[in-house]
Amino acid sequence: MPDRAWRNDAVAKVTGAARYTDDLKLPGLLHAVPVYSNFVHARIRTIRTGAAEAAEGVIRILTARDIPGANRHGQIRKDMPVLADDKIRYHGDVIAIVVARTRVQAVAAAALVEVVAEPLPAVLDPEEALRPDAVPVHEQHGSNLIHTHRVRRGDIERGFGESDFILEHDFQTQHVEHAYLETEAAVCLPRPDGVMEVRGSMQHPFSTRRFVAGTLGEPLANVEVVGTPLGGGFGGKDDTAALVCARAALAARLLGRPVKMTYDREWSMRESYKRHPYRVRYRMGVRRDGIIRAVHCRIVADGGAYCSVTPWVTWRSTVQCCGPYTVENVHCDTLGVYTNNVFTGAMRGFGSPQMNFVVEQMVEIAAEKLGMDAVEFRRLNMVQQDSLTITGQKLNQHRVAMGEALDRVREASSFEEKRKRCSHGSDEEEELYGIGLAMSYRGVSLGAEGADFTAATVNAQADGSILLDVGVHENGQGAESAMILVLARELGVRPDRIRLQRSSTATIPDSGTTVASRGTIMGGGAVVQAARELKRKIATTLSQRLGCPMEEIRFEGEAVHGRGQALPFAEAMAEMYKARVFPFAFGMFRAPEVSWDEETGQGDAYFTWVYGCQAVELTVNRRTGKVTLLGMTAAHDVGRAVNRPMVLGQFYGGMAMGAGYALQEEVRMEEGKIRNTNFHTYRILKADQLPDMQAVIIENPDPLSPSGAKSIGEPVNEIMAPAIANAIYNATGIRHFRIPILNPLSSESSAEDPPADRKEPS
Amino acid sequence: MSGEMTIAFKLNRRSVKIKADGERMLLWVLRDDLGLTGTKYGCGESQCGACTVVINGEAVRSCRVPLKSVAGKEVLTIEGLARGKALHPLQKALIRHGAIQCGFCTPGMILNAYSLLNRKPVPGPAEIREGMEGNLCRCGCYGRILEAIASAAEEMKTGRTR
Repeated sequence: MPDRAWRNDAVAKVTGAARYTDDLKLPGLLHAVPVYSNFVHARIRTIRTGAAEAAEGVIRILTARDIPGANRHGQIRKDMPVLADDKIRYHGDVIAIVVARTRVQAVAAAALVEVVAEPLPAVLDPEEALRPDAVPVHEQHGSNLIHTHRVRRGDIERGFGESDFILEHDFQTQHVEHAYLETEAAVCLPRPDGVMEVRGSMQHPFSTRRFVAGTLGEPLANVEVVGTPLGGGFGGKDDTAALVCARAALAARLLGRPVKMTYDREWSMRESYKRHPYRVRYRMGVRRDGIIRAVHCRIVADGGAYCSVTPWVTWRSTVQCCGPYTVENVHCDTLGVYTNNVFTGAMRGFGSPQMNFVVEQMVEIAAEKLGMDAVEFRRLNMVQQDSLTITGQKLNQHRVAMGEALDRVREASSFEEKRKRCSHGSDEEEELYGIGLAMSYRGVSLGAEGADFTAATVNAQADGSILLDVGVHENGQGAESAMILVLARELGVRPDRIRLQRSSTATIPDSGTTVASRGTIMGGGAVVQAARELKRKIATTLSQRLGCPMEEIRFEGEAVHGRGQALPFAEAMAEMYKARVFPFAFGMFRAPEVSWDEETGQGDAYFTWVYGCQAVELTVNRRTGKVTLLGMTAAHDVGRAVNRPMVLGQFYGGMAMGAGYALQEEVRMEEGKIRNTNFHTYRILKADQLPDMQAVIIENPDPLSPSGAKSIGEPVNEIMAPAIANAIYNATGIRHFRIPILNPLSSESSAEDPPADRKEPS
Repeated sequence: MSGEMTIAFKLNRRSVKIKADGERMLLWVLRDDLGLTGTKYGCGESQCGACTVVINGEAVRSCRVPLKSVAGKEVLTIEGLARGKALHPLQKALIRHGAIQCGFCTPGMILNAYSLLNRKPVPGPAEIREGMEGNLCRCGCYGRILEAIASAAEEMKTGRTR
């Protein structure tokens, strides 16, 4: 609809008026801060709070004993404590909270809390954690294996037998911090009606409500989580954010006063979950004619101290373990493992960036060995219309746009022409030039991971203004604006007629979490259904007034049209009230049926897929190893672009984050303790490191999506790392099997040996 | 901890006098004492730029500026940039260019750009890029923020010559 940028929160955000969680003030507000220990793995004996209790301004110190309800939470497995009780399982475990009159007082007192604990050996390597004699992180779980997934397709032995050569490589990826600019925060208010009102920096109000209600030992209806502007999430404002809300709510309930808990950057980076580091052993059997006959892979994901959503993250990795390629014989084993490292969970991409880093290099290695053009090799193997995926899903419900995405990127980046200029490690150039590309398909929304349905209500007023409520959350991506635009289009009215109600868990059914790039497709789907129901009501009620059967009534140009006459929208709504029919409708969108068999790893994993391709041009200085990004191009099939400028925002942001993943971001752990807990040591990409970016929006409206929209937030983030690795290879002739690629000139590139000029500033 | 002192300065074109610990960082005085929450905490180490304010025309990181050091100076925060309902050209340009996502870096970005344009009214693209390098945006909106600044600079130049 709009070519110009349109956002309902733009003015508030440029004037400083937008109120994020920490910006809220309430009379009598107390401040809570977390207390950590210096242990990585230990059995807690005593927590001494006397000195802290006596400190100035301190109201109370809370430990696990003060929790009236449950002290184990989690979206899949309830193993995460609000406050550590029996054991400390990682360096970020919170053992107590200090509540004081001011935050400064609370911070001062936190240093006085003393933990007496018996240290246990820490298990920090996922492979070691899997050994039968490994120290268990959760004794009651039996072993450190969180779960497994698998794919068994065809006959793997026969597949390798039919191959002319077999490639085998080991890949490794790192812990990554979300680095949302706003740290975790919560403000909890115990209301006189008995409800605990929660505002928080979180992207999952309904999960937060479960954590809070569970901690308090109260029913869900006793907790109202209110949507609050969010300073970035990227998948990271889920479990940790919900725990922060639960702690503030605990203090607020016990003290009967409003409590704020805002995190320092150091606490945030220490405690919050990260992107999973993967180790992947990948074996690919290829026939001389360029067909991939077999893939065998073993994926080990470090889940850290708690389960979080590790089984879901690694499920996506399993489903997409061959990238967008059809392979008849596949054997994949995926293991999620407990360790005493920081726990890992959802992050933009959710298990796909790791696998794409592997697969999109494997196909290039295979093509090179064959002496075949890597683009042609991809084309020979990629999914087409009506293809069967490696999980046996037939892609016949939507337009399969893999080739289209590949071609659009090749054209837009002048790929063929530029490829001829690649340096391939030539001795003659100071700046080695390379261009590389990567592509993927991505299952949309949750798939067989979980219950996937959303709700919306549309409540038109007698003056023609409209209230909209949807069960998706504004994470900064523009979800609210997208919902408003979807409704405006359906009703044929201007978006400024519509006001999105501040979202609250008390006004709309639990519609799940705003993750998995599902906001627009799932929320938009519910809005369309609600709008259609509303139009049906209006048409039924006003058909006589408009002199035509209801089927002929149209909604466009700010009016309701009948045969030869039209009512302006506001008048039509007034007529509805006169007729004593509320122009109010509820809509829900239930994702189409999907399926999964855990034994065979076969099923219709996702109801639709997004196809995308990205290319990057760069130079590598042959002496210093400095990488300069020259340009990036991306093409993705978004279904339908609801808010074009915001779709572009996702493209640019996703490519930027993907480039940081490839080149410099890494949470550095030392004996289970994170060394880089602020932005001078955990470095995200800056304005001067990023090149011009080109975005190609492909639109093939999805027949199974009521709004036609698919997804974009994650697809754009999942293939820049392999595109960069391929470009670096084409520049230097050196293949990189681990990220971040800190030294592109060394095939042993690792965190331990950054070249001198790229070390952290001291 | 040093004692309380009275510090007078200009804040968003108005004279203010506050009694507070002069060692406290301006960021927290603005947010907690004065209710100006448009200035954001991102890192506390002057690494991210979310807390940027303008002091005597220069962008500074308020998380590392002790309150006592602003005595007698002119401080501009994001709340003081628009005149009534009339947005500053930078604010309008950011909206126009779709350069807003989560919005958490936005006030700091705008004030850093404001100071950049004070120094150099019509900067070239490279100068803008370099001048904005210290402000982090995890949404990755950099390209459009830079474009918006260039466009605002154009608009301000035309405004001045008119």
